[in-house]
Amino acid sequence: MENALNVTRTIMEISTQVAIAGVGISIFMLLYRVIKGPTNPDRAVALDVMGITLMALAGLVTILLVTTKLNDVVLLIGILLFIGTIALAKFIEKGVIIERDNH
Amino acid sequence: MKINSNDLILKTMTSIIAFILLGFSIYLFFAGHNAPGGGFIGGLMTSAAIVLMNMAYGQEGMKSSLPINFRFLFKLGLLIALATGMGSFLFNEPFLSQTFAYFQLPVLGRTELATALLFDLGVYLTVIGITMTIILSIAEDHKEELSE
Repeated sequence: MENALNVTRTIMEISTQVAIAGVGISIFMLLYRVIKGPTNPDRAVALDVMGITLMALAGLVTILLVTTKLNDVVLLIGILLFIGTIALAKFIEKGVIIERDNH
Repeated sequence: MKINSNDLILKTMTSIIAFILLGFSIYLFFAGHNAPGGGFIGGLMTSAAIVLMNMAYGQEGMKSSLPINFRFLFKLGLLIALATGMGSFLFNEPFLSQTFAYFQLPVLGRTELATALLFDLGVYLTVIGITMTIILSIAEDHKEELSE
């Protein structure tokens, strides 16, 4: 019984490390798009997806460290990413982020 | 440059998401004693919700629906923090001493209430006030200078 527990723990650790490697590779490929991207919207979308992979990375590190204290961080990255992406999109579309009057 | 815009999706999403953000910020504020969180990150989350509403509805629309003077808010926060520090003088204790006790609350049951929460409330209000003052002052662009 204890043997099965150890085997499961080892499989968990190995699969988490493989997933971290995959997310790391995807971050580097997105970094290529941020640097090379022909237009600014390309860079904005690449940064957005990069933040989502960062959320995945935080979740995987949570599994690796066996803690629940990082769960707030995942939610926090998501919220800040959403607000940042909206600000970038408004700036690209209208040139102003917070409008002074509505009429 | 003001083009006739139609932000229906952004405005509808904002009215839902802003409440989730405010709830998360209040959770972070109260969780700060035994878990990650506290007044600083809670205040930053609240100001993120207010910034999101500002981006969706514009500065004039927010001024009428949320009539808070943020310059007053950080003065209030600093005063609360100072008052909780001075409050320990009433019990012949050094400056900024803190204590806690267990109370039987109606819904929550047996709860630990610490005086550090009141100091954290001061930090919370100060962070909201300063962040929103900085962002809204930057967003007010050159139109006032032109009218002078």
